[in-house]
This record gives sequence, C-alpha cells and structure tokens, in this order.
Amino acid sequence: MSPFDSPQDKPFDAARGKPSTALGARADFDQLTVDDVSRHFGRRRALSHISFRADGGAILGLLGPNGAGKSTMLALVATLLRPTSGRIRYGERDAGAHGAALRAAIGVLGHDLFLYPELSARENLEFFAGLYGISDGRTAAARALETAGLADRGDDPVSSFSRGMRQRVALERALIHQPRLVLLDEPFTGLDDASTAALGLRLNGLRAGAAIIVLATHDLDLAEGLLDRAVFLRDGRMIHTADRPGALRAMYRDVMTRANVASGFSRTDG
Amino acid sequence: MFAHIVWLVLRKDFTVEVRSLEIAYTTLFFAISCVLVFAFALVQEGRAPVGGAAGILWIAVAFAGTLALGRTFERERQAETLRALLLAPAARPAVYLGKLLGIVALLTAAEIVLVPLVALLFQASLLAHPVWLALILLTGTVGFAAVGTLFAAMLIRARSRDVLLPVLLYPITVPVIIAGVRATGVLLEPELDVGLLQVWLALLVCFDVVFVTLALWTFEPLMTE
Repeated sequence: MSPFDSPQDKPFDAARGKPSTALGARADFDQLTVDDVSRHFGRRRALSHISFRADGGAILGLLGPNGAGKSTMLALVATLLRPTSGRIRYGERDAGAHGAALRAAIGVLGHDLFLYPELSARENLEFFAGLYGISDGRTAAARALETAGLADRGDDPVSSFSRGMRQRVALERALIHQPRLVLLDEPFTGLDDASTAALGLRLNGLRAGAAIIVLATHDLDLAEGLLDRAVFLRDGRMIHTADRPGALRAMYRDVMTRANVASGFSRTDG
Repeated sequence: MFAHIVWLVLRKDFTVEVRSLEIAYTTLFFAISCVLVFAFALVQEGRAPVGGAAGILWIAVAFAGTLALGRTFERERQAETLRALLLAPAARPAVYLGKLLGIVALLTAAEIVLVPLVALLFQASLLAHPVWLALILLTGTVGFAAVGTLFAAMLIRARSRDVLLPVLLYPITVPVIIAGVRATGVLLEPELDVGLLQVWLALLVCFDVVFVTLALWTFEPLMTE
C-alpha cells in the first residue's frame, strides 16, 4: 500500500462516518455555489461577478495569471473574507449563519504554509488537530505524518525541512480534520517531480472520497489531466469555463488571447 | 472546549518561545536598559527621587509590553499562522484569551527581574509588601495586555503596525498605568494606607473586567476581515 492509499484519502467513506470532533455538529454539503460574487478593497475591484459551482468528487481549477483574483476567491470561499455582493452557498448554507460549523468542514492549504517553524511537524499537526476538535490528536498526527511520508522526521523542527517537505506537512495539516471542502492555493510550489506526482495521487484519492476540491494555480503543466472543471480568471473577471478541460496550455493561451483582444476593443471603444 | 482551545494556544506560544527565547531576551534587555538609563539620569549622589521607582517600574513594563505584543503577532504574521487560527472552527475569543495569557506570562517573567532591579537602583521598598505588589502588577499587566493583544491582532495587516500600536495603545491604557503607578506609590509610603491601596486595586480590577469583556466581545467581528 502506498502512503497515498491511506484511509485519510477517503474522508467521507460512509462506513467511517464523520470524523470525531468535540466542536459539535459540523456542516455537511456536497456542493459549493458561488453566485455573482464581487469583492472590492476600497475602490479596487478584486473580483467582479464571479459565478461557478463545484461538486463533490470533482476538482475545480481556478486558472489565471498573477493578480487575476484566484487567492481572493479562495479567501472568500474559506470564509476569511465576506463578498461585497453576491452569495456563496455551501449546500443550502450561507457562510454568515454557520461560521464555525462551516470552518470545521473546510481545509485550506494557502500559499503561505500556516506552520510554526519552531515546532516539530508532529507538534504542528497535533496543535491543529486540537484546534479542529479531533479527540485523538496524537493518532491523527501520526497518521498524517505517515501519509506525508515523514514519519521518521516527525520530531524535527519544521524550520529544518525543505520547501517540499514543508508543503507535504502543510497539506496534511489542511486535511487532518478530513474536510468536505479542500481549498488549495498553488499547491505545487516548491515540489520536486516525485512530490508533485504524490500530490496528484493524494488529490485523486480525495476526489474518490467525494471531497469538493478547489485548486488555484497558474502552473498549467502540473494541473494538466487533474481538473474536472476549469474556471479562467483575468483581472478579477471570469472569462471562460470548461468541463473536463484537455490541452490546458493551448486552451489557456486561446482564452487569454481572446480576452486581451476583447479588452483592447473595449478600451478602444471607450 | 473553550478552555481547551485557550490551553492549546497558550501551550503553543510557550513552546515556541522556549525554543527561540527571542521575545523574552529582547523584552528583558529593553526593560533593563530602560531602568538603567533612568537610574543613571535620576539617581544623584546615591539618592533616588521620592516615589520615582513606581513610575520607572511601570514605564519599563509598558515599553517592554509593547515590544512583546508587536513581536508575538509578528511571529504569527510571518507564516500567516494567524489565518490558520482564524480558519479553525475554534471559538475566536478562546484564541484571543490564549494569546492574552501568553503575553501576561511573558510580562510577569519580565517583572520578576524588573522589581528587584528597580528596588535596588532606586532604594525603594518595593518588596516590603510582596502580596500587594503582586496583585497590583498582575491586575495592571492584565489591563494593559488585554487592550494590547486586541490592537496587535487588529493591526497585523497594517503596513505601519509598529508605529500604530503604541499610538493606539497608550492613550487607552493611560488609566491602567496611572492606577498602577499610584497603587505602587502607596506601597512605597512609610505607613501603608490599605484603604487607599484597595481603592486603586478596585479601579484596576474594574479596568480589567471592562477591557477583557470588550476585547472578547469585539475580537471575532474585528478579525473576520
């Protein structure tokens, strides 16, 4: 059995039920709906009228160049930000009324890794397991370390790890509470080929476990073949969506060229 | 569960600090330097100004506290771990309380060094009533840190947070500092006026209750965006 075939790959296996938490009932849902969402920071418009749907058992990719609004979109879905207008629904729930219950069902791997460098990998994982109300944090941390392939380095401080190793610990931190919705911001950053392949397997395992996965990246080669749906963003606007996208790089080039031409025309018209 | 989250955050901060000792060393070095500078300036021919020790002690605590507050949250900002704390389903007031207790513990450790140093350099009988002094320092430190922890968390994304923190913190905590200085001054009198001391202590407890309650109430909405 490879480390990526661990039981943690199947977070919503009916036989296992929901993870044990001491935080009370957590929200469960099988669909994320972003409905005409805009977000402004002062006078700057970071996102404008974005709508899409992400389903359980599928990976949705947010694709676009730097500054397209991918990270802002993830922060909105993660409930860290509130939309200026529009709605984000988790099944039938809104973020406002179910804050803590929703956060218990969301796992986020940010561009920054959310790890304490002075603590060991095990201490980091046990700390976050405790925050998520996992009753046996020690076992959960041990299992997460095994899944990350770092069981023998678990007691080393995170500051002594390479970027790729930190990324693997951070991914397991984000998944330690077996979230229904997994949000990943540039998850391939700093990974070598083996780690990238392992992450791909891990994501496929989560998909098989019916998790809703939203992945923001500008690394099209690595996202190739992984996505069930792609949402293309540019300058905070949604410019294209595609189901089961193939030949991502060619599609991306085509979409962005058309967007450039259109914006050129609109500027000329304006 | 609330208490468990408080304990987790406090234990995490303690472990991180024990590993690095960064904040403890800088805070202590700064506080001791502050006391020494005042001692060189104010103690003339071996005679310290009457009642000066109380003021010097609280100035050192306030300055060291500001430094500790800034550094504690700077640590959470560097790896964006405050975001991770806010993303967890744990009660956010519990996260606040854990951070507050960590700051109070750090300042208490600094005060354990500062009190004998001030008493020695300013020939003040600070240690004549250790229980009263401990109560004054604890209530004063909690009041100061309660506001400071809230502001430091709020300012974590502000570009000029190092400037803004003292600008916002000192005007609001002036009543706590004044009450702390006055109460400590009472301890330095030849005759201990217990009634007056109780008045200042009651005032400090009132400030603590108000500040901690307001901070617990406002931490969640303030940290949402």
